[in-house]
Amino acid sequence: MLFKNLFHHFGRYVIMLGSAFSKPERASMYYKETMRQMNDIGIGSLFIVCLIAIFIGAVTAVQFSYQLDGTLVPVYYIGYVVRDMTIIELAPTFTCLVLAGKVGSNIAAEIGGMRQKEHIDAMEIMGVNTAAYLIMPKVIAALIVIPMLVAVGAFISIIGGYLASVPTGVMADADYIKGLRSFFDPFNVTMMFIKALVFSFILTTVPAYQGYHVRGGSIELGQASTNAVVFSDILILVADYLLAVVLTS
Amino acid sequence: MIRTEDIFKSFDETEVLKGITTEFYKGKTNLIIGRSGAGKTVLLKLLVGLLEPTSGKVWYDDTDFFALDRKQMRNIRMEVGMLFQASALFDSMTVEENIRFPLDMFSTLTLKEKRQQVDKCLERVNLEGANANFPSEISGGMQKRVGIARAIVLDPKYLFCDEPNSGLDPKTSIVIDELIRDITIEKNITTIINTHDMNSVMEIGDNIVLLYQGKLAWRGTNEDVLESDNATLQDFIFASPFLQRLRDAALKRG
Repeated sequence: MLFKNLFHHFGRYVIMLGSAFSKPERASMYYKETMRQMNDIGIGSLFIVCLIAIFIGAVTAVQFSYQLDGTLVPVYYIGYVVRDMTIIELAPTFTCLVLAGKVGSNIAAEIGGMRQKEHIDAMEIMGVNTAAYLIMPKVIAALIVIPMLVAVGAFISIIGGYLASVPTGVMADADYIKGLRSFFDPFNVTMMFIKALVFSFILTTVPAYQGYHVRGGSIELGQASTNAVVFSDILILVADYLLAVVLTS
Repeated sequence: MIRTEDIFKSFDETEVLKGITTEFYKGKTNLIIGRSGAGKTVLLKLLVGLLEPTSGKVWYDDTDFFALDRKQMRNIRMEVGMLFQASALFDSMTVEENIRFPLDMFSTLTLKEKRQQVDKCLERVNLEGANANFPSEISGGMQKRVGIARAIVLDPKYLFCDEPNSGLDPKTSIVIDELIRDITIEKNITTIINTHDMNSVMEIGDNIVLLYQGKLAWRGTNEDVLESDNATLQDFIFASPFLQRLRDAALKRG
């Protein structure tokens, strides 16, 4: 039964994506909608992403300095660890898990509300490809904006690590900078962007699927919104593991 | 003209429509009537392709609608306008943007021409000057009229109305009925209205289809209604004690 359900939903998800990525009826309408979504997702999430990033960096620095205490590992390694932890894992994964909650629930509620108020039916009858018009701009906007947010998040996180370790006397300014400059592998940045792109796709299409196929009333809409966040988070974590295996092997 | 041919529709084990064969004529206001749960909304959604029949056919003139691919279906739908029960206006858009939406999506008109077309439609539904209002700022009756304006902005060949009078007072209902009938005649389109409003039945019912428990129970015009001895029709029309008293009084007076 579980597998039957899984295949049923996966099949419908693939069919929905097929419709969502077909040729737009009018490019200018899709462009306008994409711009609106970029603003909503990008500017609308900037504050929360920066707030989380600064604490991620700070906590990583504090925890690592605690673990290094009394060991022979040079103190500048704190900067190195903060940088790589942030770029490889924390910035893309944390940011996208948070955005799955903020943006994902919003997408599910918006599309689900339109389904329940017959807005989607109204568009269908006009001849609009609703899957494309409602989903494609959101996905494109997320694929453009979320990697940018992740990059900003990574930068802020490194500053967070600095603020938690240099002014508090854990290490000298020069040591932190030395750590940031040590053992740098540019591929880690590529890995960060690959993760950000994959997670962006998940956190927009999964909630869109939940909202697009919602039936019933407000309770079902609430469930769709919750499912959107839960399934997006699970899939992001699974994808994170798979990407880690593939990209580091 | 739209024609249905032996339409059956089931949801899981429940059979909602049982072999509906009927016709809806061009230039007429065609009414689908029946009690709640009779299958009116399901039939209307089938006619516009929001639901697919379990078996049977829907013909748009000479075109078998469900034999078309998605793209061809979309082309037919561009000739369809629909007024929804709750109007289905987009909350985040103004009245003008709502009406302009199909034009923005499908027409090659300039913004100025689109605005002129919107003004023409608003004037047709007696809502001149309401362009900048949001749906939440206007009454239910006005929302229905905006819904009609949006439905006719692309000059459809077919107009569908799902319970256009629900939630409206009797006077506003009459205004909406008259508007739909006048537009049908002016534009010579096939209009199909799903209703259980008795005033609509008697005033604008050029072709009435009565559904009862998913079956076609009666068909005729508003003039045939009072003369028909179809028990299901009489039960439906004179369901309220008030109408029953009126009928009895009329019979007494001969």
